[in-house]
Amino acid sequence: MTDVAIENAKPAPRAVTAWEQLKVNRNWLALWFMLPAAAFLILFLAYPLGLGVWLSFTDARIGRSGVFIGLENYDWLSDDPVFWLSVFNTLLYTIVASAVKFAVGLYLALLLNENMPFKAIIRAIVLIPFIVPTVLSAIAFWWIYDAQFSIVSWSLRHLGLIDGNINFLGDFWNARWSTIFANIWRGIPFVAITLLAGLQTVSPSLYEAATIDGASRWQIFRHVTFPLLTPIIAVVMTFSVLFTFTDFQLIWVLTRGGPVNATHLMATLSYQRAIIGGHLGEGAAISTAMIPFLLAAILLSWFGLQRRKWQQGESND
Amino acid sequence: MTIFDRRTLLQGGTAAAATAALTGPAFLEWSKAWAQAAPWKPEKDAQLSILRWKYFVQAEDDKFVALMEAFTKATGVKITISRESYEDVQPKASVAANTGAGPDLFWGLYSLPHLFPQKCVDMTDVADYLGKKYGGWVDSAVKYGKEGNKWICIPICYTGSLMNYRIAASQKAGFSKFPGKTDEFLEYVKAMKKNNTPGGFALGHASGDGNTWIYWCLWAHGGQHVDKNDKVTINSPETEKALNYAKALFENMVPGTASWNDSSNNKAFLGEEIHWTNNGISIYVAANKDASKKHIAEDMNHAYFPVGPVGKPTELHLMFPILAMTHTKYPQACKALIAFMLEADNFNPWIAAAEGYLSHCLTAYDKNPIWTADPKRTPYRDVAKRSLTAGGLGSNGEKAAAAISDFVVLDMFAAFCTGRDDTKTAMKNAERQLQRIYRS
Repeated sequence: MTDVAIENAKPAPRAVTAWEQLKVNRNWLALWFMLPAAAFLILFLAYPLGLGVWLSFTDARIGRSGVFIGLENYDWLSDDPVFWLSVFNTLLYTIVASAVKFAVGLYLALLLNENMPFKAIIRAIVLIPFIVPTVLSAIAFWWIYDAQFSIVSWSLRHLGLIDGNINFLGDFWNARWSTIFANIWRGIPFVAITLLAGLQTVSPSLYEAATIDGASRWQIFRHVTFPLLTPIIAVVMTFSVLFTFTDFQLIWVLTRGGPVNATHLMATLSYQRAIIGGHLGEGAAISTAMIPFLLAAILLSWFGLQRRKWQQGESND
Repeated sequence: MTIFDRRTLLQGGTAAAATAALTGPAFLEWSKAWAQAAPWKPEKDAQLSILRWKYFVQAEDDKFVALMEAFTKATGVKITISRESYEDVQPKASVAANTGAGPDLFWGLYSLPHLFPQKCVDMTDVADYLGKKYGGWVDSAVKYGKEGNKWICIPICYTGSLMNYRIAASQKAGFSKFPGKTDEFLEYVKAMKKNNTPGGFALGHASGDGNTWIYWCLWAHGGQHVDKNDKVTINSPETEKALNYAKALFENMVPGTASWNDSSNNKAFLGEEIHWTNNGISIYVAANKDASKKHIAEDMNHAYFPVGPVGKPTELHLMFPILAMTHTKYPQACKALIAFMLEADNFNPWIAAAEGYLSHCLTAYDKNPIWTADPKRTPYRDVAKRSLTAGGLGSNGEKAAAAISDFVVLDMFAAFCTGRDDTKTAMKNAERQLQRIYRS
């Protein structure tokens, strides 16, 4: 009897359909929420990237789709001295500019973190190179580096320090250092201001404790500030390296890759070959050849960021 | 890309020049009569869009717009004009040719129509009509205009690249007349340098000034980047001679020319830092407009490029052809417009407004007073007649265009002049790049 009563009270367990399960599944719902973002990424990032890689395997010209030619473009580039020169230039440009930007940026950030008069105004001024559109600052540098009208040459000449104008952009190494300097000038504010933001998150109590323990200024920097700053350094430097590696406008305005390709970066060479010269396939191959380098830079910081040692400055991983 | 180009340097005040013609009721009457009589009748409700290179001289563009408006008034055909920097017309036209959509007419540079000859409306009737009426086309215009027996575009005009020099400084160096031969020219360059009045040619990636003098130098010594079958012939004793000659010039130029772009020599000449260079007429025009530079205009003149061992002129000038795309719905309107542009009543005031910056390719226009009113402009009258074509001995198609725009020959010269490569390496590198561009 009791058995029967229980039987009646409990409704027969109905089989739950897969659809019903799906309806309440949070992951399923999340998929839908993610779809617009995914579509956006696929349409505007993955598709152009894929298309670029595909083009690099074809002999496409502007206005004409090419046929698949396998690795011919890469084969040609592999013993193209201009291409290798551009790889060398890009690495030199990126490594030197990023290193200097980091060193000077960190120094500036530490300086700006001190208490000083007109702090807000000085911080704003530091940002100026970053605010000015690249093309404008590149044109300013173009005048600064002009073979005949350079203000630097002019000043030095009037001070009696040099006889002739400095050949800023006409000499291979001068041109490289000049473009690197312009890039550094432009990139420092980004590094400095971001690191400054990081510095301000460091709790003053840590400094107080360190001071009470009798730590010197250097020890405080080395064992308190720097470890706490590492995560943000990793992010900033990743971005800085990516921006520098893919720089285009500065070089294009200043030298167009000249003299004799001495300042061609992979990005500018790719543009010249693909758009100006019309060889889309070859230009795409040069762009595609940049991907491994960029990937390496991203992976380095990605795995670095995963490690607690980097995040917290401790010795355990 | 650069903002300080010729155009900006010139914007000072070209607008005031000749604005009287191309307006007024009489002109409208003439336009209407022309439209009645012309062999091409625009389609009903025709509308045209045209993409042109961005002007260097504001007054030229003003005239161009006036001309388009006159055509609209006479025929009822509405015209939309858009402008691109002259290096960007080619990619846009290529895409339009490929997709079959976009402007009806493209006015671009050099061999643009030869990139897609089958996509260009046959212009043979227009070319014949204009040629017959205005004394015939110059040789280089025929080469640029025709593919096989068919005209695929109409060459509108050239922009000359000739020698610009300071008169007093040249006389002081012992040259009362600008040298006409390459060896005299080398002596001239050395003497100018010795007198501390040097000059210079652009050796940076300067698509106009750089390429025009480099090809002159190569051709003047008998060098050719390809033969008539498009076989690469850059690696030759003649090229070596040209390289050595260029280096001798380079060593006596003002320092820094390896970094020069198209506007550097304009700036340096107007800043009196250099006393000879190659350029369009823009330096002279700019100097004339600026009261503080008037003395430069008075003390400067223009000359042809010196003739080299080959014994004939080997100049390269920028040519601007116009083409109609086969995708246009109004081919008759396109033809009518092009013919209208080149009729004397339109073309004469138009090139007068350009003040020598644009040179004609129809011989009858030699008589335009712009060329003789000021004798300093006269050399630019003949640029179309003296110009060779960008393809050298070979074809004028996309291969020649790619070789020029990729600076293959220019970089060969720059690599040798700056001492990075010896002649053998420089020629070999160029040969390798050209072989790739010219592979079939």
